[in-house]
Amino acid sequence: MTAVTEADALRTPRRSRRSTTLAIGCVLVGMIVAVAVVSFFWVPYDPADTSGDRLMPPGLPHLFGTDKLGRDLLTQLMIGARIALTVGVGSVALGGLLGVAGGLAAGFATRWLDDTISALLDILIAFPTLLLAMLVVAVRQASLGSAILAIGLAMSAIVARLTRVLVKRVLSQDFITASRTSGTSWPRVVTEHVLPNIWPTLLVNLALQLGLAVLAEASLSYLGLGPPPPNASWGSMLQEAQATVLTSPVGAIAPGVLLVVLVIGVNLIADGLRDVADPTRRRTR
Amino acid sequence: MSLLDVTGLGVRSGQGRELVSDVSFTLEAGARLGLIGESGSGKSLTALAIMGLLPTGMTASGSVVLDAPGLPRTQITGATERDLNGLRGRAVTVVFQEPLTALDPLMRVGRQLAEPLGRRHGLRGAALRRAVVAALEEVRLTEPDRIARAYPHEISGGQRQRVAIAMALACEPALLIADEPTTALDVTVQAEVLALLDGLVSARGMALLFISHDLAVISRITDHVLVLRDGRAVEAGAVRDIVNAPRHPYTRSLVDSARELDSPLDRITL
Amino acid sequence: MTPPTPETPSPSASEIPPEIPSTPEIPPTSEVSETPAILEARQVGFAYRGAAPVLTDVSIAITPGRSVALVGESGAGKTTLLRLLLGLTRPTSGQVLFDGAPLSLRDRGQMREFRRNVQTVFQDPYSSLDPRQRVGRIVAEPLRSLGLTAAQPGGSRVDHRVAAALEVVGLPADAALRYPHEFSGGQRQRIAIARAIVCEPRVLLADEPVSALDVSTRVRVVDLLAELGESHGLTVVMVSHDLAVVAMLCRHTAVLERGRIVEQGDTASVLGSPSHPYTRRLVDSVPRLPSGA
Repeated sequence: MTAVTEADALRTPRRSRRSTTLAIGCVLVGMIVAVAVVSFFWVPYDPADTSGDRLMPPGLPHLFGTDKLGRDLLTQLMIGARIALTVGVGSVALGGLLGVAGGLAAGFATRWLDDTISALLDILIAFPTLLLAMLVVAVRQASLGSAILAIGLAMSAIVARLTRVLVKRVLSQDFITASRTSGTSWPRVVTEHVLPNIWPTLLVNLALQLGLAVLAEASLSYLGLGPPPPNASWGSMLQEAQATVLTSPVGAIAPGVLLVVLVIGVNLIADGLRDVADPTRRRTR
Repeated sequence: MSLLDVTGLGVRSGQGRELVSDVSFTLEAGARLGLIGESGSGKSLTALAIMGLLPTGMTASGSVVLDAPGLPRTQITGATERDLNGLRGRAVTVVFQEPLTALDPLMRVGRQLAEPLGRRHGLRGAALRRAVVAALEEVRLTEPDRIARAYPHEISGGQRQRVAIAMALACEPALLIADEPTTALDVTVQAEVLALLDGLVSARGMALLFISHDLAVISRITDHVLVLRDGRAVEAGAVRDIVNAPRHPYTRSLVDSARELDSPLDRITL
Repeated sequence: MTPPTPETPSPSASEIPPEIPSTPEIPPTSEVSETPAILEARQVGFAYRGAAPVLTDVSIAITPGRSVALVGESGAGKTTLLRLLLGLTRPTSGQVLFDGAPLSLRDRGQMREFRRNVQTVFQDPYSSLDPRQRVGRIVAEPLRSLGLTAAQPGGSRVDHRVAAALEVVGLPADAALRYPHEFSGGQRQRIAIARAIVCEPRVLLADEPVSALDVSTRVRVVDLLAELGESHGLTVVMVSHDLAVVAMLCRHTAVLERGRIVEQGDTASVLGSPSHPYTRRLVDSVPRLPSGA
């Protein structure tokens, strides 16, 4: 297998418009990730430090100014990046894991079980994420964990439905039957044929879901259902800055811009992945 | 004046690759022509170009003139979508290989058939229902009432192709294009559908452009063929001549392959 | 396409008696053959629950060296019969026998031996090859799955056996490094045949193996299958509605209509002087080139 992979690296032309898309997406997301990583080791101020003057404009010593309680905005933005990524990655991990498992089960299930799972998924999808989040918060309190749980659960239904369709489509192909008549066991059919054939589409979709999850978290926080201050997310910063948007616009603009940068970056990556992941897109005909 | 006059037709892909080049033929009213070629020969693209239905990104060059009685003489290449819409159906219609994809899966057969019938003849209500049943009877469907109430997936492939033919005929076109209409069918059904098509085209005096990869099938329904290969016409003439004395080496290999495939069966059955 | 059901024990397992009752010897239907059958269907029937039977009382024997055609139209039950013979589905009545023993889909040892000896080629060369695997990996799948990857006494490793199989079907050895989409339909069908013969089976069940191919490619693939039958001791069983291909390739023909075998025997006599009206209609329907006269 190793010899084959080396040959591939030599033979495969990867230069395309898509790969530029991928590169731009990686740069955008990479910036946010870098900020988030730095925030673990160093932030300009203690996020709970309210000693600064209130609603200061950008300048020194507060690069981005302060909020209405006198807290440093740059500090909050950096921590917000960490939270946005945690929610995004966490909920995609949760939703992806649950969703793919459920979708695989439904895809392989007998008709009766498949119908039952599909009906459950439809109900879950029809249930608004916000309502689900309120329910989770009511049971568990508002926290980062609750946000991830609520968003991940809502996402899992969407991922499961997609996975189910993809699995069904792959299973109807002759190469699956060929694999079985070759004596391949079902678990190996899944790892050898089903997963490799569905993961590119899944991956693209999960990347898109990551963008949506970050937005969903912002909405939850905006409504006060997200993690509470001082470890505030961009969404709650937006909400707090709402009242003072005219006197101190930076507090509202900065988190909004970062949010947009992250979501666009993630979407560009999703778009770029589509081609790189698929050997049949590299047509030679 | 010919019904269809194709001169120097070319089709290019979005990337500029030549898929069809310099294909020319004419078709008089009521005449028949077969287009034969293997996959990639450009036979289906030629048909789509005549309908003005090339996939987006592809461009046609050359001239395709359609002159159906009662309709304005139209240059298809470069015509507007509005002009083409006036022609499709009344001047020219097409029957495709796969009837399942040609019919709307969510609409009952009768309603799908009623649409062109109603539009063409201005029928409504009971008169339209009678016309639908008559149209189904015309394509030799037994139990036309049951078929009219059925959804496409509830009837067999042969029945679906008959419905597709009925829909194509509903607008009484001057030219019918049949693109591999029997390739997806079983042999006995294929024989029946070919006979049906043959009879209907004669009875209505329609012109027929029949596209196939199978010389034997084409020879059942047309006397003249155009052999396409890699987007170019390599030979044209009477089926009998082409089969017995192919001039172009490609045609010869095509005929030889067909003969080689047939010979063991011929030895047994003749 | 029936939804795939895992072969792992299902509720219906309890309905099947643990031991096969010794049924009175059922005489083979068509002709008394000297050589024992490799694969045999004995009075098999198949029906989905609550639906009309797809197959009724079908008996057919695959003996070494006698290629068989299963002829019939869509809906005649050809593909279902093929699935039964491939051990993908269990008959609802009757038995499938492999080397004289009833085939048990749960007997791992027997199934391994069975899979090794009975391989298949499908109609659609586009759907039968995994688009995400290289040809080498596709062709090697039976070897890997059947545990034949260890060096043989003869000393041939997996790569060599794959290369040998590709050579037999007329593809260059470097085809193994490429992906299926880089090949034409005819070449892809050759790849599928290479996969089927790589573990040196005795029977090849082919479902309409050439009907998706162009005429000239068709002739070459039929020739290849005929050659495999002669040089590799492979018995080809072909499901087809194309009588020309059947006449070219198969010695024995069974005609299926609505789930029953209406006629079977030597191809020459079945197609040459059909006794059943349906067979006659089938023969008459074959489109022919205008004769040379």
